[in-house]
Amino acid sequence: MVESIINLICLPLLAVACLFIVGGAVGLLRLPDFYTRLHATSVTDTGGAIFVSIALFIQAVFVYGDVMITIKVVLILFFTLFTAPTASHALAKTALLSGHVPLGADGKPLLATRGEAARLARSRPVSDDDPQLGVDGSIQDGDGGEQR
Amino acid sequence: MMFAAVLVALLVTMLLTLVRALLGPTLFDRLLAINSIGTKTVLLISVHGFYTGRPEFLDIALAYALINFIGTIAVLKLFEVDDLGSGSYQEDDY
Repeated sequence: MVESIINLICLPLLAVACLFIVGGAVGLLRLPDFYTRLHATSVTDTGGAIFVSIALFIQAVFVYGDVMITIKVVLILFFTLFTAPTASHALAKTALLSGHVPLGADGKPLLATRGEAARLARSRPVSDDDPQLGVDGSIQDGDGGEQR
Repeated sequence: MMFAAVLVALLVTMLLTLVRALLGPTLFDRLLAINSIGTKTVLLISVHGFYTGRPEFLDIALAYALINFIGTIAVLKLFEVDDLGSGSYQEDDY
């Protein structure tokens, strides 16, 4: 009896989680640009993880009644919520640093040169005679950011 | 059997993400997809534990969540400074 009520509570939570997870994957597959895809993935990493963890938390408390299982579910949610945005931030910053220029709404690049993107990613302003930048402000050995 | 539905949704999602990892025009698209697959694997392991009635699987999911994060950061640093051990990452104040 109790278990069926708990399942009835968990069902909509897991349904919303499925929506978030599949939606994020469709966004990752269909959006035009790396930075927009990053945005779509964050939906999966936060929305999906939160709703799945809440459902598992309710199951752990009311069906299993085990304190350790409950603590582990909360820890997984805690670590996911800390590491997913940090990894997204590191990905975006490294992409900018290697001169990956974001696209605007009309599909054209927002920045003129790859060096401009690299400068944006720096925490402090850099001078033009930075050894990593070429004479025209472009990165000499920028790997990874293939121009499209 | 609601957990089975979530497992199917997660597997389908991981397949779609794998397509992006294989297609992805740039290195960062691939890295993003791999990181996303890791996050979904954590959810998959946890949900699978409850599906089979053995929540002990949560230990593995917990370890996987941490290793996934460390792995992504390590690969990013490797591509940025070409060396995992160098301290230039801090010196340049990136």
